[in-house]
Amino acid sequence: MSVHKSLPHDAARLHVTGTARYVDDIPTPTGCLHLAFGTSPVAKGRLTALNLDAVRAAPGVVAVMSGADFEVIPDCSPSAHDEPLLSDGTIHYAGQPLFMVVAESHLLARKAAALATPEIAEEPAVLTIDDALAAGTIFEDGPRVYGKGDVEAALRMTARTIDGQLEIGGQEHFYLEGQAALALPQEGGDMVIHSSSQHPTEIQHKVADALGLAMHGVRVEVRRMGGGFGGKESQGNHLAIACALAARATGRACKMRYDRDDDFIITGKRHDLRIGYRVGFDPDGRVTAVDFTHYVRCGWSMDLSLPVADRAMLHADNAYDLPACRITSHRLRTNTQSATAFRGFGGPQGMVGIERVMDHVAHALNMDPLAVRRVNYYAEAQGDGTDASGGSLLAKMKAGARVLDSAAVAGRGAVKVDGGGGRAARFGGPHSRPPVAPRDAMTPYGMKVEDFALHRITTQLAAACDYDARRAAVADWNARQPVLKKGIALTPVKFGISFTLTHLNQAGALVHVYQDGSIQMNHGGTEMGQGLFQKVAQVAAARFGVGLDAIKITATDTAKVPNTSATAASSGTDLNGMAVQAACDEIRARIAKVVAPELQARAENVVFADGMVRAGTAAMTFGEAVQRAYMARISLSATGFYATPKIAWDRIAGQGRPFYYFAYGAACSEVVIDTLTGENRILRTDILHDAGSSLNPALDIGQIEGGFVQGAGWLTTEELVWDATGRLRTHAPSTYKIPACSDRPEVFNVALWDGANREETVYRSKAVGEPPLMLGISVWSALAQACAACGPAYPDLPAPATAEAVLAAVERARG
Amino acid sequence: MNIRFLLNGAPLAIAVAPTVTLLDWLREARGLTGTKEGCNEGDCGACSVMVTDADGSKALNACILFMGQLDGKAVRTVEGISGPDGALHPVQHAMIEHHGSQCGFCTPGFVVTMATAHLNGRTDHDDQLAGNLCRCTGYAPIVRAARAAASEPVPEWMRKDADMLRDPAIFASEICRGEAEGRGAEPPFLPATADELAAWYLANPQATLIAGATDVGLWVTKGLRDLHPIAFLNQCDDLRGIVADSDTIHIGAITTLTELGAFMADRHRDLAALIRRYGSVQVRNAATLGGNIANGSPIGDSPPALIALGATVHLRKGDARRALPLEDFFLAYGKQDRTPGEFVAAISVPVQPDTLRCYKLSKRFDQDISAVCGAFNIAVEDGTVTGARIAFGGMAGTPKRATAVEAALLGQPWTEATVRAAMAAFATDYQPLSDMRASAEYRLTAARNLLLRCFHDSAGVETNVLGVSA
Repeated sequence: MSVHKSLPHDAARLHVTGTARYVDDIPTPTGCLHLAFGTSPVAKGRLTALNLDAVRAAPGVVAVMSGADFEVIPDCSPSAHDEPLLSDGTIHYAGQPLFMVVAESHLLARKAAALATPEIAEEPAVLTIDDALAAGTIFEDGPRVYGKGDVEAALRMTARTIDGQLEIGGQEHFYLEGQAALALPQEGGDMVIHSSSQHPTEIQHKVADALGLAMHGVRVEVRRMGGGFGGKESQGNHLAIACALAARATGRACKMRYDRDDDFIITGKRHDLRIGYRVGFDPDGRVTAVDFTHYVRCGWSMDLSLPVADRAMLHADNAYDLPACRITSHRLRTNTQSATAFRGFGGPQGMVGIERVMDHVAHALNMDPLAVRRVNYYAEAQGDGTDASGGSLLAKMKAGARVLDSAAVAGRGAVKVDGGGGRAARFGGPHSRPPVAPRDAMTPYGMKVEDFALHRITTQLAAACDYDARRAAVADWNARQPVLKKGIALTPVKFGISFTLTHLNQAGALVHVYQDGSIQMNHGGTEMGQGLFQKVAQVAAARFGVGLDAIKITATDTAKVPNTSATAASSGTDLNGMAVQAACDEIRARIAKVVAPELQARAENVVFADGMVRAGTAAMTFGEAVQRAYMARISLSATGFYATPKIAWDRIAGQGRPFYYFAYGAACSEVVIDTLTGENRILRTDILHDAGSSLNPALDIGQIEGGFVQGAGWLTTEELVWDATGRLRTHAPSTYKIPACSDRPEVFNVALWDGANREETVYRSKAVGEPPLMLGISVWSALAQACAACGPAYPDLPAPATAEAVLAAVERARG
Repeated sequence: MNIRFLLNGAPLAIAVAPTVTLLDWLREARGLTGTKEGCNEGDCGACSVMVTDADGSKALNACILFMGQLDGKAVRTVEGISGPDGALHPVQHAMIEHHGSQCGFCTPGFVVTMATAHLNGRTDHDDQLAGNLCRCTGYAPIVRAARAAASEPVPEWMRKDADMLRDPAIFASEICRGEAEGRGAEPPFLPATADELAAWYLANPQATLIAGATDVGLWVTKGLRDLHPIAFLNQCDDLRGIVADSDTIHIGAITTLTELGAFMADRHRDLAALIRRYGSVQVRNAATLGGNIANGSPIGDSPPALIALGATVHLRKGDARRALPLEDFFLAYGKQDRTPGEFVAAISVPVQPDTLRCYKLSKRFDQDISAVCGAFNIAVEDGTVTGARIAFGGMAGTPKRATAVEAALLGQPWTEATVRAAMAAFATDYQPLSDMRASAEYRLTAARNLLLRCFHDSAGVETNVLGVSA
């Protein structure tokens, strides 16, 4: 069968030969024009004059449009209709498009755009979290609050509390292919758009709105993106709309791609957060209550900030059963780029908050942070009889139970080794043990955790990477080294899978079987490198029992599958795989019905495998079966549809089941820092990650390795710096540093956790796009450990932990 | 201008504007879209191409490579890395087998860099690939692919460019005798000797001299400037190369950083290690020492080390020549001791024992611009500091000597107490600025601490995070 196999990416051969086409590679009709935006140099103010004479007179310029040229300026927002394509006179951020140039070449358009002389009456800009709090610029009517239990009472009754505050930086996507779109005008005013977008339906919808067309007048095609990471969920709207407007105005094909600096300056990034926390805990490190306050810097427009901030709240617990917990989330409007989706969609920031709390509690108790983590874990799932592989369930459950016992023992042992027991006496005693609310495996948002696997994953990983011995070796090494210090940390990930906007959890597919037995597959998901197309093709091949070479993967196309959701929230395979499976099964059933009499079997007993269609000993090739169906005048084309079951969510109340299931993983990283300069390096990382029953282990490991490095980059070298006037100073790879080749861990071991999804996902696999990013938290936590090895005080390491931040933390630790 | 070169093994004669980049020409004029634009400033490697000349084959960034630099050379793009019959190169095979591509956009650049390293027998993969950014894979599968391909033989077509260039008649072929295709702008000056350059530059002091174009390239791709008049220096063979006698190392201005790094490996180990962190393979293959000095950047990496070595810069204007200590060349931010029509001809460095220590601090280890770059050349005899030349980049408007620190060390015993006392003198020498790379406070603290690192280094204490493993 073609599933559960490590097949290469479907386009690997095209990638390595340079023949894979991206938007800017598509041959264009003669006379294709090129667009560039002219942008605001200031962060806030009123545009008092915009002299574009020099722009219009520049060589190669065909047209120039500004906000003044529109009766109603087209909107680019995916949410609140608050993003005019071009400024309406109000300046919201440095980098905001003021006008657009249509010219004979990309370079001529850029050169012309640089010639404008906008006159802007500058106003004081709201740039930082503190600015926004002082100015009261917020989205929604006030803070959202989710939680459970009586946090104040629990904190009052707890022997020990600590509080702290953590700054978490944002992150530029740095997809290697910048934003790009191509508009091809059609007869009758229709428009075809090629877009580097994770959300073709959104592009269709926004372009149709801009052109005053019904959605049926716009067709959007996306073959692939050169990386997306969330940055192409909504940020491609501007280019597609601009190209469509220019194409309509000129009657010529129009293309736009951002120069890299423009891409940095115009588009949104990961939200940066400040997280305040108050935590109560007992002498064994058990957290009794946490009070989190999230300050989310959203930028100038709403974009996707509300669900991003929601997801940060929904991951404030990560893997921990918190008896009392409150998360208060402030969504702040600032005069900066509108922060947007980025792999994890707020989840990583929320998770960093609670992982910081675990580290801080461990520091306060002088315990192994892993021991603190383990005593706070949710209870391990108990088997419920669901097992896709069948047969060995009982054995697996027994094995799991055994492991669970040893995990509990290991946890207590670790506490003793570190002298935690002794310290416990200092804080403990009969009066300081409050009646702790029961651990009920209930998240702060009212969803029961039923599939928890981190006790077993942690135990297995800790054993495989020799955590305890290496932690002791690190302490010994540190005692002998005057300049360099090491740190080691093992951190878990529990990530909720489903769009929290419940209606988005749907997908469609279109499958054609041709007379020769070849199959064309289409679905609403987009390919950005994650291997979605190959995984879904593997599903289709498995349903028909044919080889992968029989399946043609085609570009995502709003004319083939309508009303698609963004390829986001890690949901691509879960949703589209199931939709394709449904379409294939529909056609398969029709074929079976046709050939069943000839095979002398009931249709439901006809089997599709190994290129054959058979029942008992009677068989024919798949091609022959298809021919029979065609001759019998049976449709060999079908749509498929899927809607995720079980989910229901009230985001205002913060109650319900937002997620179909959780994906799990854990990583152990060892780092070294230089206490003189803060320079640092990842020495080794071991990962054990849960991809369910993997559809394609090689592609899933690719997501894990890549996600980890991207997460580690976010928390170390990737620093976004705005100056005091709100201009982004890190606007190119020369100043914004994503990990390079030598930044990956010197020793890097990645393994898949062997377990099927308890929910009925496609072949019992689990989503794997976003969760591994958060494995990078292990690096940040290990760096904090290394800083803590420099002195008695808490190092209070922020993110990103640049060399400068590490050096400052070392100095804080020294007290 | 008219240029002749080999493109994927085929001779070609064309007329082009000299500062059109190879990347734009490939994609827009030739429709060869395999070579990608990732950043348009030489920092991501998505546009990597292999360029072969008499010195061999090297990876370069096509986005900051002007067409005018290519005359007489051979260019191989990703389309030419596969065999003429479509056979895959071993690195292409390995990239598929080891899942080295995800989104695939950086992949052509990786494939070209890897194939060039493979041709040159290089297996220091982290170094070779430092100039290619990938946002999807985390690099591990790419390095696995590079390792797997290393033992495979070099395909015959990869050696063809060098062979063809050795044939003096290669550009006399049918196509090259015909009319060059396209329209060219006013031709640049292409001096063959320093004398020719000197005479022309004296007459055209407003001209832009282009050697490697790793900096000037950005004036065009990011600054959107039209450069005129220009001279390409790459045919000035008497400005290239390193000659050493028993007293002096003489380095021609258009010697590339790659060449300098290789030469210094045996002389000044730390300088070679520092040069290994200068840009990337692609940048070092193009960038010249003269360019790194003449552009006067306060954050160029070679000046601090060269100042610490007591280097002299040799300037030429017409027939007039003068030499001055390198530290005196940098007058103020953006201002050098160079008159119109005068150019950097060479750098010379006295031969000396290797006591040089170089430390570069940046957010990322590879291919990053220094926040602080410190060079220490401290001589200790019988436990006493007898010589101290210390210079820093990133600490002032120019590369600058730490004279107060030097004074605090000279004649003192080489002890931690001396070093700690001298650390206070950094505030006298430097009042650094805050910017996106680091704060002023960090720069000053780290610079002080680098002196301490230098001391620990001399005592054999491990101070290098690269020297440690798990």
